[in-house]
Amino acid sequence: MSETPILEVETLRKYFPIRNVWKRRTGWLKALDDVSLTVRKGEILGIVGESGCGKSTLGKTLMGIHQPSAGRVVFEGADIAAMKPHQSRALRRHLQYCYQDPGASLDPRWSIGASLREPLTIHENLKGDAATTRVREILRAVGLPEGHLDLYPHEISGGQQRRVGLARILTLKPSVLILDEPTSGLDVSVQATILTLLLDLRQQFDLTYLFISHDLSVVRMISDRVAVMYLGRIVEIGTAEAIFETPRHPYTRSLLSAIPKIGGARVTDNFALEGEPPSPANLPSGCRFRTRCPMAQPVCAETDPQLREDWPGQAAACLLA
Amino acid sequence: MARFLFILRKLAEDRSTLLGVILLALLVLVAILAPVLATHPGDVSEFHTAQRLHPPGAENWLGTDRMGSDIYSRLLFGARITITIAVTAIAVAVLIGVPIGLVAGYFDGIASDLLMRTSDIFLAVPQIVLAIAIAQTLGPSIENVILALSATYWPFWARLVYAETRTCRKEVFVEAAVALGASPWRVMLLHILPNISSSIIVRTTIGMGGTILTAATLGFLGLGPPPPTPEWGRTIAESREFLPMAWWYAAFPGLAIFLVVMGFNLVGDGLRDALDPRLRRSARRGR
Amino acid sequence: MDGDLVRVQGLRVGFATDAGLAQVLDGVDLAIRPGEIMGLVGESGCGKTTLARSILGILPANAARIAAGEILFEGQDLLRLDEGRLAGDIRGRQITYIPQDPFNSFNPVFTIGTQIGDLMRWKSPLRAEGVSGRARRRRDRERVLELLHLVQLPNPESILRKYPHELSGGQRQRLMIAMALLPGPKLVIADEPTTALDVTVQAQILTLLKSLARRSGVAVLFTTHDLGTTYEICDRITVMYAGQDVESAPVAAFFGRPSHPYTTRLLASLPTTRDAISGIPGEIPGLITPPPGCRFNPRCDRAVEECRSVRPSPTAMGAQHLVRCYRPMQESRAA
Repeated sequence: MSETPILEVETLRKYFPIRNVWKRRTGWLKALDDVSLTVRKGEILGIVGESGCGKSTLGKTLMGIHQPSAGRVVFEGADIAAMKPHQSRALRRHLQYCYQDPGASLDPRWSIGASLREPLTIHENLKGDAATTRVREILRAVGLPEGHLDLYPHEISGGQQRRVGLARILTLKPSVLILDEPTSGLDVSVQATILTLLLDLRQQFDLTYLFISHDLSVVRMISDRVAVMYLGRIVEIGTAEAIFETPRHPYTRSLLSAIPKIGGARVTDNFALEGEPPSPANLPSGCRFRTRCPMAQPVCAETDPQLREDWPGQAAACLLA
Repeated sequence: MARFLFILRKLAEDRSTLLGVILLALLVLVAILAPVLATHPGDVSEFHTAQRLHPPGAENWLGTDRMGSDIYSRLLFGARITITIAVTAIAVAVLIGVPIGLVAGYFDGIASDLLMRTSDIFLAVPQIVLAIAIAQTLGPSIENVILALSATYWPFWARLVYAETRTCRKEVFVEAAVALGASPWRVMLLHILPNISSSIIVRTTIGMGGTILTAATLGFLGLGPPPPTPEWGRTIAESREFLPMAWWYAAFPGLAIFLVVMGFNLVGDGLRDALDPRLRRSARRGR
Repeated sequence: MDGDLVRVQGLRVGFATDAGLAQVLDGVDLAIRPGEIMGLVGESGCGKTTLARSILGILPANAARIAAGEILFEGQDLLRLDEGRLAGDIRGRQITYIPQDPFNSFNPVFTIGTQIGDLMRWKSPLRAEGVSGRARRRRDRERVLELLHLVQLPNPESILRKYPHELSGGQRQRLMIAMALLPGPKLVIADEPTTALDVTVQAQILTLLKSLARRSGVAVLFTTHDLGTTYEICDRITVMYAGQDVESAPVAAFFGRPSHPYTTRLLASLPTTRDAISGIPGEIPGLITPPPGCRFNPRCDRAVEECRSVRPSPTAMGAQHLVRCYRPMQESRAA
């Protein structure tokens, strides 16, 4: 893992308009509210948070599925946020997005071979034997037999569909992969297999991952650095070790304390976080976590804290940490 | 394809669908073999006034009409006309309606709205009235009937395809294809269209029944192909002044129309059942 | 054992599919004591949801075939009971159900109050006692408000006037818990109640479920694929694999001395550190032609010939600790 940044996100915003019955805009749903981060080449950056925190929106906005409302996304030297989809399409080749259920990303009417060849046809105009060779190579890399080329998605298992979905993205030799919930819904034993595969592929293809997940244990296992999101903002970011061993932000602490730890103290004996996150359409003033924060002070309602890198390799957005 | 055979087998399982298939098979058979199966093939154009209005008997199995022509033979040849009109009209309607629906459904914006509002205008007028108006203006002939029917029915396909495209557009694999860089045309033609094809097929099959009925109505009103064409609707129209005495004159063409329309409807229903659950069923193992 | 609230014995259930008969449950045994929280754990296809549904009697009638076995509830075989008694007295009253998905379990066009009102009209414990009329309605309403308060739903009166879509996922799940407890059941079957929830909400719901169960003395059958949650609230845990029950133990023994090879592999594949990522090689078998004997044998590195022919009977490993294995991982501590 090097220190050179491969993807830089600066004050990225994605606001969705809320409309009433008559289509007039009554407010904004601030899915992403000034998100900034730097992804280094070769690293696995985990992005965690609960529902509504914006992590999926982040992935999709970086990928161009959503158009950003403001901010910059610099990838391979160019600001792709500012471009229209068809302009950035060529640049985006090396930035690929893997769906939560990669199997669903396969057209059920297309054979697996056809689905795998499609990116090559679109981008490189590679056809015939050259395409088949490349496709076979990738299939092997994800550990699937060649015979699968003629099968249809519904004829293979869910786990295998995932591998095919991954394979399809890899055909274009991307450098950065945005993985959106790659292990959610999977059985624990299958999960381990997918994670091992992802690590192997990173090695083999020299990839960088943005690993978006709500499952902290999985993120802990695989990430080099971790960013914790809450209501559209990164509230803490740092090395995996720092985040999990010495969390600084109160939300991170609550989040970690909620995870059942087999053999340890029971969460249910002593869990403190009450209520639910406020709506992203109606954020509290000042620090957005203050309504549920056990440490909240009056000053927290006045100032919106920014990320301060006050610890080695770790930054948290809290006035009191 | 294996899938085609699978669907056929599924169709065969349901009795009413099977009946529909048999009826349609008969229709096609009759149309093709009309010259062979007809007892009086010449009666399509010839007439024998001496034998007018004979009830069904040994000589004329289904009786004769007011010109003395054999109703049975004319019915068989009439099947050809029915099929020609129905198939052509539907084909044209589909060729117009499907692309319009596809484009309107995939893209957003003024063009899309314009296309769908146009089809709404066509749909606002009762189909029969529209067909009559067009056929009347153009004059009685087979081509004009086909034209009238296509112009009347294309919006049904447009609207169906529009709705299905809108839904399919949101599917993950479509989004994935777009994320991969596929152009809109590629997505529409290679991804969306194949996935919505089963609804189109079902609608088309059921639509055939309605089209035939409308065609027969046009014929009945005198707006169809001119005499002596043995079109079924026209035959019923001719029979009016001889009812209720010459009951066979109206009954048999009426029965033919009934059986054919029912056949299409049964097959259409069966197709819908055979195609839909197969597609909807998830291949993933659930918890 | 005597005194069990629920005893499933040798339950064999098949589902008719286009491809053949899927043997979803293969001679499953399960025992739940009164007041205990039993965790039913397993991966996809293990049959835990089918087992839960069998107890309630809500298997799809056109596809499910109950081939053998009995489900004893307080000594009475539910499988032999007629539908009338099952629906009237057992289901929704003595045994209630919390489904996995709090989002779709409510009727969207009626208010919460109406839906709870319907529930109380038929399933109120007072009804069984023969109380009726205005006095009963008043007492029922008090009970409803009390329970809504207990599940920590703010402002219970106003909740009754709301529609389901106005509540969040966590709130709906709390409501489902309240509704499951209103009829005063002896057993609550919670089918993956926290799977769809965020981890902090899950912690809240688990805390709630545990305290309410303890307080009201109701037994809970808690199905999940997440071992962590069973650690949190269960008294005993039963593991299932591909339609067979393989191990059943009190929670301390389960995590401290897992005996079945599958259990140990499952515990080992829980995410801990990067170096120790381990899965279980192979795949979960199809249920139409499952492996004979112990269904885990193709993936088990301890398998012997017997494993492939006859399914092991339960062996006692300790107090209330049973395992079905010819070569368990631990020494038996049973007397």
